[in-house]
Amino acid sequence: MMTDSPMPAPAAAAPTPETPAQLFAYVLQLADTSLILAHRLSEWCGHGPILEQDLAMANIALDLLGEARSYYQYAAELEGQGRTEDDLAYLRSAVEYRNPLLVEQPNGDFAHTIVRQFIYDCFHYHLLLQLKSGPDAQLAAIAEKSVKEAAYHIKWSSEWVIRLGDGTEESRRRVEKALGNLWRYAGELTTPSATEKALQAAGYLPDYAPLQQQIDAHAARVFEEATLPVPQGVFMQKGGKDGRHSEHLGYLLAELQYLQRTYPGLQW
Amino acid sequence: MPTEEHIWQLLEDVSDPEVPVLSILDLGIVRAVRVEGEQVHVTITPTYSGCPAMNTIATEIRLRLLAEGITKLQIHNQLSPAWTTDWMSAAGRQKLEEYGIAPPVDGTATGHLLNLFGADTAVRCPLCKSEHTHLVSQFGSTACKAHYQCDDCLEPFDYFKCHA
Repeated sequence: MMTDSPMPAPAAAAPTPETPAQLFAYVLQLADTSLILAHRLSEWCGHGPILEQDLAMANIALDLLGEARSYYQYAAELEGQGRTEDDLAYLRSAVEYRNPLLVEQPNGDFAHTIVRQFIYDCFHYHLLLQLKSGPDAQLAAIAEKSVKEAAYHIKWSSEWVIRLGDGTEESRRRVEKALGNLWRYAGELTTPSATEKALQAAGYLPDYAPLQQQIDAHAARVFEEATLPVPQGVFMQKGGKDGRHSEHLGYLLAELQYLQRTYPGLQW
Repeated sequence: MPTEEHIWQLLEDVSDPEVPVLSILDLGIVRAVRVEGEQVHVTITPTYSGCPAMNTIATEIRLRLLAEGITKLQIHNQLSPAWTTDWMSAAGRQKLEEYGIAPPVDGTATGHLLNLFGADTAVRCPLCKSEHTHLVSQFGSTACKAHYQCDDCLEPFDYFKCHA
């Protein structure tokens, strides 16, 4: 398949009594991340610059929504408290959400959305490649499924960064501005939270240093083709994975959760 | 008592709601059928994670079996091994082309990171059979399709993309 580098040997799992609860928290973090980015992309539906790219963003949103559902279903099963995928998505408040700050950032213009997507895709694609050979069977199965889709996403956003960066004066100005706004959220993706550190220690998650190298190598190649400088020395914001979000998430959830909050238990 | 063979025959009648010319067997999404006494188990796998057709397909399977008086049915969703267009039947590929959708060209799964702006897969126009076509967008009317156009007859068409 579409591997860029050899697959690492599966980690030796050494679960502790805390592992199931940590796995629940981590799967929920993955679910929140996919859902929030899917929601942001779906806001473009009907507003894309051209029809084909409107469809592309809707397609990517749908892939991410499907991935989010797989994680939420698995999280509900891991928790075993009777909560469903819908309860987890619709009835948790912003401080309970565990997505990194990047994915909740507003769409801005098309270049802003592309840069946000590119930063995320670099991380997402390479993470899934690792997770699909991890020791947790269900997490590996979801990753195996989703990585095929993430491959389409990273190709799409990489090509757009190149088109915009090496495009017109205006497109370049916009993509540079977007990088200036968004690069500060890249670091959180590969900065392990307490939960992720514990799962790394237990062999359930890969070490993030080699992951970061793969991400950097791909990003460097794209930036070079886009004739854009790789951003350097940027102070990295974090907090989303610990529930400390920007003001944007509350507004997003107000819309996403409106129906279930207003009419609890409503079904199509 | 239902037999597994009978269940497979019934499943041939269930079509993909988004590509109605294909049965779910043509599409390769039924992974297993098991009968234990009165209890029937059908295992299906999604094409794409977010495919909205999966719920409809599960309902259609239930209705088709119900019409034969089979009520004890459990539908299982299996993610791994992940669905691939390699599982699409030869009959299914032919039906797709006749319907106006170019079937997957095997061995051309896109997405390789190094293949940025790489050459488009050569896809045959389902209308005039010309190979002079170009990719308009990797993302089409549904998750499983890309959008192509024929350079000879100018027909825009869907390509059921290779997913391996």
